[in-house]
Amino acid sequence: MNFLVGLIFSAIVAIVVLLVPWIGVGVLHLYTIFGIVVPYLAILIFLIGMILRVIDWGRSPVPFRIPTTAGQQWSFPWIKHSWIENPKDSKGVIVRMALEVLCFRSLFRNVRLEYRRIENLPKVAFEWEKWLWMAAIAFHYSFLVIFLRHFRFFTNPIPSFVKIIEKLDGFFQAGVLPIPGLTIPEVYITDLLLLAAVTYLLLRRLYIPQVRYVSLPSDYFPLFLILGIGTTGVLMRYFLRVDVTKVKELAFGLFKFHPHVPDGIGTIFFIHLFFVCTLIAYIPFSKICHMAGIFLSPTRNLSNNSRFKRHINPWDNKPAWEYPGMVHTYEEYEEEFRDVMIEAGIPVEKMPEKKEEEKPEQEQ
Amino acid sequence: MLYDGAKILTGLIIGVLFFIFPFLYDAGKPYKKPEPKLTEKAKKAGECVLSKQFMRTWHMQLLDEWRNDVVRKGIHYYRPREIAREMKLDKRLFDQLRHYISDGTRIYVPKSDKVYYMSLQNTCLDCHSNKKEFCDQCHNYLGVHPYCWNCHIAPEEK
Amino acid sequence: MRPKNVPEPEELSKIDHKPPLFESWMDKKPEFKPGFYCYGAKAKNIAAVGMPNPRDWSPTDEDWKLPENWKEIFLNGMKERLEKYRSFKLFMDICVRCGACADKCHYFIGSGDPKNMPVLRAELLRSVYRKYFTTGGKLFGKLAGARELTFDVLKEIWYYLYQCSECRRCSLFCPYGIDTAEITILGRELTNLLGLNTDWIQASVANCYRTGNHIGLQPHAYKDMIEFLCDECEEVTGIRPQPQFNKKGAEILFVTPSGDVFADPGTYTCMGYLLLFHYLQEEYGFDITWSTYASEGGNFGYFTSHEMAKRLHAKIYMEAKRLGVKWILGGECGHMWRLLNQYIDTFNGPPDYLEEPVSPITGTKFEHAKGHKIVHIVEFTADLIRHNKLKLDPSRNDHLVLTFHDSCNPARGMGFFEEPRYVIKSVCRNFYEMPSNTIREQTFCCGSGAGLNAGENMELRMRGGLPRANAVKYVHEKYGVNMMACICAIDRAALPVLMQYWVPEVDITGVHELVGNALVFKNEKKRTTDLRGNPFVGAEEEQGDAV
Ligand code: SF4
Ligand code: SF4
Repeated sequence: MNFLVGLIFSAIVAIVVLLVPWIGVGVLHLYTIFGIVVPYLAILIFLIGMILRVIDWGRSPVPFRIPTTAGQQWSFPWIKHSWIENPKDSKGVIVRMALEVLCFRSLFRNVRLEYRRIENLPKVAFEWEKWLWMAAIAFHYSFLVIFLRHFRFFTNPIPSFVKIIEKLDGFFQAGVLPIPGLTIPEVYITDLLLLAAVTYLLLRRLYIPQVRYVSLPSDYFPLFLILGIGTTGVLMRYFLRVDVTKVKELAFGLFKFHPHVPDGIGTIFFIHLFFVCTLIAYIPFSKICHMAGIFLSPTRNLSNNSRFKRHINPWDNKPAWEYPGMVHTYEEYEEEFRDVMIEAGIPVEKMPEKKEEEKPEQEQ
Repeated sequence: MLYDGAKILTGLIIGVLFFIFPFLYDAGKPYKKPEPKLTEKAKKAGECVLSKQFMRTWHMQLLDEWRNDVVRKGIHYYRPREIAREMKLDKRLFDQLRHYISDGTRIYVPKSDKVYYMSLQNTCLDCHSNKKEFCDQCHNYLGVHPYCWNCHIAPEEK
Repeated sequence: MRPKNVPEPEELSKIDHKPPLFESWMDKKPEFKPGFYCYGAKAKNIAAVGMPNPRDWSPTDEDWKLPENWKEIFLNGMKERLEKYRSFKLFMDICVRCGACADKCHYFIGSGDPKNMPVLRAELLRSVYRKYFTTGGKLFGKLAGARELTFDVLKEIWYYLYQCSECRRCSLFCPYGIDTAEITILGRELTNLLGLNTDWIQASVANCYRTGNHIGLQPHAYKDMIEFLCDECEEVTGIRPQPQFNKKGAEILFVTPSGDVFADPGTYTCMGYLLLFHYLQEEYGFDITWSTYASEGGNFGYFTSHEMAKRLHAKIYMEAKRLGVKWILGGECGHMWRLLNQYIDTFNGPPDYLEEPVSPITGTKFEHAKGHKIVHIVEFTADLIRHNKLKLDPSRNDHLVLTFHDSCNPARGMGFFEEPRYVIKSVCRNFYEMPSNTIREQTFCCGSGAGLNAGENMELRMRGGLPRANAVKYVHEKYGVNMMACICAIDRAALPVLMQYWVPEVDITGVHELVGNALVFKNEKKRTTDLRGNPFVGAEEEQGDAV
């Protein structure tokens, strides 16, 4: 299965995801199913799936304290302790995790290998490469902002933070862009960023040989879904337009447990919705569960305190010598090597009985 | 058995709360949909510039076009029926197509030959003189703040 | 002494890092290239520690003589570990294959073999995990990235697990902290359920279990070797250290990797320890003992399984308890210190029978070591120097231009960066750092860690060591660096060969060898050479004048 097979397979699945609501709503008019049943189901699968997944992780203990230490340990007062990169307590861990989750600290370290041969001899160099980090930041934050912005459809009255986010996001006003009509209503910068970032992430997956080599269908598929979500969303807002008042009636109804589907919402909306539902229902079963997993990562969320605070392994809390036959005890060792030890003048616990008489001589 | 249960459960609860925030926020708030009211005058007119569904979805676009036509091109009258009939491959046809896709109705041909003077204040707000009960209903519902009112003065309401 | 059976650097450096466009890694059969793997563990060495499936075998054999139900054993072992290690389960689930780790592994950089990219190394196991432990994998098979565990897959897993030096460099760059070293450790545990260790590791484990050290030195031989090093010290300095062995009631127990006692240039480091202890004994009545029973600080058990690591390292505490010492001083070693920092107290603690470590000379409380009660000798020395307790003459190291290699384990499994630099700068005057993305937490492995420092996989070692060697070469050319210091016994064994191959002008030293050079004894003879017998700067001329 080379990358083309993976790419084509996931593209086909994504196209099916596109066609199902198109036919289901556009042709078969299954409004209730696609407007109410599917969204509720997706939310349920997402929530329960994620909870089970996290609990499943939680059911496995962390037997050893294995943070990846990325800075100076805490030791002497005259040596500067790197309290974030090598935390000794929960304060450091919290900051480290916050940086990791909010700023993608580790990804920020990324560099690109530049391997050359000069006069037949190798030269290993590392080049600046923050593109992945930038795309990741742009992608995740755009997604978050877009999600929060959608609260204007989910809630009523609309909370003020949503309005603020929207204001900040929509600073391209009419007339700024030359395309007539495109800027009514204002263009959200996150819409553009998201699409750009996802496209970049897809292209780099295909373009960078190593990443292409390791990519699986499950790597392309979410990208296609998100591209689908973004594209339908942008189409709906700027080109094809739907009756947003009715869309809000539907969405708000869902969140009020007062579901109903008003007439006259364009099919494009149901396609958008179905993409979203597919994505959120897919999250718990896919790599996207990293959104919760990152918080549990033992190499990041543990402090490096095992030299002064004992970390307990819940399934093995006894020293090796308390299990029969696990260690080669000193007694066994001396038993085997007593003679040579005595000869070499190494103190022993037990003097051999028959050599009792020789002992004093040896000690002289 | 859950290891680090307290921390994991706290995290889970925060996570779940975040995702179900809209459910919680909406609970206890009334289910509401906007009810834009037509003035007597509007009711009597029976028909807007274009179909009701088109106006619901596209009025901002139409207003933008009007503005461009008036301010930049000096065109002052809008003839919806003519445009619909001619059906030339011009920009407006594209609009109608978009209209078709977005609500699934056929291309709309206005009943009357009415010609409109392109003006928000003098034409639109002439019928819809009740901004609070008409415009603001949906605008507030959706949290939209059109900048029409930066320049135009809303009609005084009784 | 350039390593044999390895192509010339000009040849070996033709590395293509681009995997073929249309190749599918899942379907590519493993190809065992000589020079990349070690010999299979011998029956007697497996049996010596009671591990499963003892028999003689070789990785190139058609038949690995596995038990009938090997698949079941492997999968049950996997299930058990998924339930015991959150790291394992999580790391199986959350990798997004972003590739950030891909070009960070020295084995990938040096070999270009795509399966040496950390992400793919982990995917080898992950594909099996998906097949047997996830619904998607069960349903969709290869399309979900899942693979049947066949003999070929097992061979592939084995081949690449033993091409990972557990250096954790990948984990530093992974946005989720996925640690391929952890996956390798657990994967190797699985191979050990089937008796699939390498003999290089297994023999060391068997030796260590019986004699207390990897090399298999029996007590008298161990003592002999150290006495021999004392002779050497005497020759150079005129001072004969008086080490104590297995002494009950000593204040401190000293444990160091046996490599220091046994092979150059580790032995010079060992002479450094001996001189330092002797100096402290003379000046301050320092009371420290060596042990022939706990005569190994390193722990090849760690390259076998967590359990074996626990079993072998238990001896350190057992011996400390038996001798009744107050605390333990640990020598310069890499993986030993990852274990002492992150594992030993969990494995075999709490060592209540010991006291919280306090330096008897400076009175410094090693507060950060009050739990496991083990102090790193470099910390200990740094503290001495800080308190001016040592008379040092750094000019005696003037013939050396130094750089420092951060060993992976103290770097990314402890965070031990400043102490060694402090000591080095106190005893040497020419010190230059290598480029910043090859040191400290971003340090590159020597290419021979995690039990890969055998002779038969020399090509892999030379390839894996390439990024490190390249950085050394850079400082050699730029600053004339001719000596690289390190605090790891495996480094001291592995890096000289690596340097011979890539940068022959540079040699390797332990930090305490440098201390030994610089230490000024009251009653020493006029010293003209360092511990290796190389003349000090200026010493030759003086001699010439005298003649
Ligand atoms: S950096 Fe982490 S998430 Fe990315 S491919 Fe490597 S292991 Fe997977
Ligand atoms: S731990 Fe080191 S050797 Fe192993 S995969 Fe990661 S970078 Fe490579």
